[in-house]
Amino acid sequence: MKALDKLLGGQQNLIGIALLALLILVVFPLTLDAFRLNMVGKYLTYAFVAVGLVLCWGYGGILSLGQGVFFGVGGYCMAMFLKLEASDPESTKIQSTPGIPDFMDWNQITELPWLWQPFHSFSFTLVAVIAVPVLLAFIIGMALFKRRVGDVYFSIVTQAIALILTVLIVGQQGLTGGVNGITDLKTLLGWDLRTDSAKLLLYFINAGLLFGCIFIGRFILASKLGRLLMAMRDKEERVRFSGYDVASFKIFVFCVAAAFSAIGGAMFALQVGFMSPSFVGIVPSIEMVIFAAVGGRMSLLGAVYGALLVNYGKTYFSESFPELWLYLMGGLFIAVVMYFPNGLAGLWDSHGRQALARLLRRQPPVQAVAPVVKPKTESKILETQP
Amino acid sequence: MEWLSEFGAIAAMQGFNGLSVFCVLLLMALGLAIIFGQMGVINMAHGEFLTIGAYTTYVCSSLTAHFAPSFQPYYFFFAIALSFLVAGAVGWLVEWAMISRLYKRPLDTLLATWGLSLVMQQTFRSVFGAREVSAEPPAWLMGSVNFTDAIEIPRNGLFMMALTVLLTAAIFLMLYRSRWGLQVRATVQNRLMSRAVGINTRKVDRMTFALGCGVAGVAGAAFTTIGSTGPTAGSQYIVDTFLVVVFGGAQSLFGTIASAFVIAQTQSLSEFFLSGSMAKVLTLSSVILILMLRPQGLFSIKVRK
Amino acid sequence: MTAVGFEMNKPVLAIEGLTVSFDGFKAVDNLNLYIDRNEVRVVIGPNGAGKTTVLDLICGKTRATSGSIQFDGQELTTMREYNIVRAGVGRKFQNPSIYENLTVFENLEMSYPAGRKVWGALFFKRNAQVIARVEEVAREIFLGDLLQQQADLLSHGQKQWLEIGMLLMQDPELLMLDEPVAGMSVNERAQTAELLKRISQGRSVLVIEHDMEFVKSIAHKVTVLHQGKVLAEGSMESVQSNPKVIEVYLGH
Repeated sequence: MKALDKLLGGQQNLIGIALLALLILVVFPLTLDAFRLNMVGKYLTYAFVAVGLVLCWGYGGILSLGQGVFFGVGGYCMAMFLKLEASDPESTKIQSTPGIPDFMDWNQITELPWLWQPFHSFSFTLVAVIAVPVLLAFIIGMALFKRRVGDVYFSIVTQAIALILTVLIVGQQGLTGGVNGITDLKTLLGWDLRTDSAKLLLYFINAGLLFGCIFIGRFILASKLGRLLMAMRDKEERVRFSGYDVASFKIFVFCVAAAFSAIGGAMFALQVGFMSPSFVGIVPSIEMVIFAAVGGRMSLLGAVYGALLVNYGKTYFSESFPELWLYLMGGLFIAVVMYFPNGLAGLWDSHGRQALARLLRRQPPVQAVAPVVKPKTESKILETQP
Repeated sequence: MEWLSEFGAIAAMQGFNGLSVFCVLLLMALGLAIIFGQMGVINMAHGEFLTIGAYTTYVCSSLTAHFAPSFQPYYFFFAIALSFLVAGAVGWLVEWAMISRLYKRPLDTLLATWGLSLVMQQTFRSVFGAREVSAEPPAWLMGSVNFTDAIEIPRNGLFMMALTVLLTAAIFLMLYRSRWGLQVRATVQNRLMSRAVGINTRKVDRMTFALGCGVAGVAGAAFTTIGSTGPTAGSQYIVDTFLVVVFGGAQSLFGTIASAFVIAQTQSLSEFFLSGSMAKVLTLSSVILILMLRPQGLFSIKVRK
Repeated sequence: MTAVGFEMNKPVLAIEGLTVSFDGFKAVDNLNLYIDRNEVRVVIGPNGAGKTTVLDLICGKTRATSGSIQFDGQELTTMREYNIVRAGVGRKFQNPSIYENLTVFENLEMSYPAGRKVWGALFFKRNAQVIARVEEVAREIFLGDLLQQQADLLSHGQKQWLEIGMLLMQDPELLMLDEPVAGMSVNERAQTAELLKRISQGRSVLVIEHDMEFVKSIAHKVTVLHQGKVLAEGSMESVQSNPKVIEVYLGH
């Protein structure tokens, strides 16, 4: 019982999770039509990335500007499997080489490349969706954190990696489908993904996985490792000279964030039916950071709201006032960073929570939003009595 | 003997190619070397300051063509100066409104300036349209100089090189030989101490940032001689520019020059053997690999903390 | 003065021929320094003498250009920082370096020598043993009543104590303190001197300090550093009357 309480983070956070669950699992499915619900499902796949960023950026102080890489690699792994299933010899018989994906045929490739071969297996794909991005994150993390590449440099290098991967995907058309990506994904083990019922089920699977990731995140933050992350962010030297291998903790949290992003990417491919380099590069990667920043870089739940709100805004404005959107997005970046470094969760803490606290007769936190980023909510949660 | 001279010509052209890429990279990186290298500010909107310079030149060119066609051969010098001033003034404003409040939060500066770059791009799009525009370069920049039958060097390339050399020399003199440069370096090393000895560090910061942006503006003006300008013209290069500065060892101006040279030669040489995109992948990957082995960059001073 | 310095034990820390140069400038120059078991050694010297650099070299923050640092038979110059700590070297920084966002309890717990690896930290349990140890150390550093206090609300002196307490949690064999009484009131200094005497039982302590009264009250032996070299070594009295030391401190 106590363990469960720790996982949920006390009564207040139980309410938070319950509210989010109500919104995602009940309100949205009841009020939105199939098309809009699918869209929310798409937004929620970005929330995976944002939740990962809360862990590694908000708590660990590691600002990765290349999360799109992991989202993309996870998505591509899933898309490759789906594409192979959609490219059976029967439905591709008009091609000069039947049985391979259509874009390969257009690129005069006559045999399935070795990289694609294992993606005939669904179990391999499921493993690869997580394992490949995590391995990539592990290598990047090993190389950079062990060599103590500083925070700013890390951001620049991850951004460069995002650029490299995009150029590579676009350049290797025959292998990756190039700029268009992998499209026309139809079925999963014979199950038609394009039907409304399939999309509804996928939406719930997606939501379930997202809550799973949030719980994992909570578990990490509630453990000693969570406190270590914050300690490293603020006083790295002290942690190092208290006998900890700082790099290994950074690598760990970076890999966790990569795994979350990859799950989001795979769910994206399943729900939206394609994957393309436009979700890998610099721009999407940095947009994913803004989801976490808007929601509150210190709040796992806030990240979900951030992803939902920013993406809703993006869809709304780019449909109605396309020229306004970049101004708004840019302004949002600037405003959040300069004036609300704790995002929506910070505002909720300083204003909303007090109102709630009065209702629940709990001691309200006295501090208003300080300009410095300080973990307020979570450190209170972690303050379990010895 | 025939093939030897031909080979020599190819090598010379290839070398010149590398030199042009080098000048482009260096011009872009010089401003950032001041802003990021000296001040430690991560300005993701640096590319947009380049774009400001390019659009300023475009406006000058159009106005000249419209009102004073006879001034056409000379307008370019005026345009360069104006680009410097306009980009510098915008930089001054940005430092005052934004950067100065974020000095203690480098990662947040990165995000805020990214937001700024989006706003600036959209502003360009609203004012000048989404289509690329091109400034009319003065006649004397057209065509090429024939050194031998086989070696032809385009004039705009030569002009770029001359400008790069001049600008680098000017920045070097300012940074290492002037009182202002001394103040900049002092402020960078120890803000509190500098303030204590009577340096107005706020003013130094603002001037330094504005200067870096102004230099980007000049680079933007120069770029109009080799290509057209669109709203996102500058932002495409931002990652390369940062890598140049980081690779050189952020605080060393000499390092920035050397790293621009190395990256440019790698890029143009691998373009000879590979497709453009693969050459880029190869160059960026090798830069990152070397950075992993030597995170402090090529040239850095070992300091006592 | 105790007789500790005269015991013919093998020194716990033996620094020999230690040199580090920054771009040609030798911050520490062919230094030899031996610290005995249970000894309280104070290193003094003018600014820039290389005192903090010596601590940096011992704990692995700075890498030596040449020379050796033997600790209990282990060569520290090639070891990773965290392994040096695990071998039993604790180091307090010049400015109190504590985790301001955490409580006193959590600060101390962070240095408890368990759950130091990723999986260990993930599944670390705050059991009775941990709590007992934290409370014990907290009492020792005069913070027994402030366990649930957020660390950034502590006074400067209390922060210094907290950092010492974090080192005590590791139970190090060699404790290195960089200016432990800087910014402390007279009262706090006296308390800190008491504290140091108590915690030096069963371990060696290496202190850098400027406050001569404080040095007098704790030091078994004093080493004077100047320009990266040992200028004088011995009892406080002998060092204070050494003409070379007087020249360095009062000359120029």
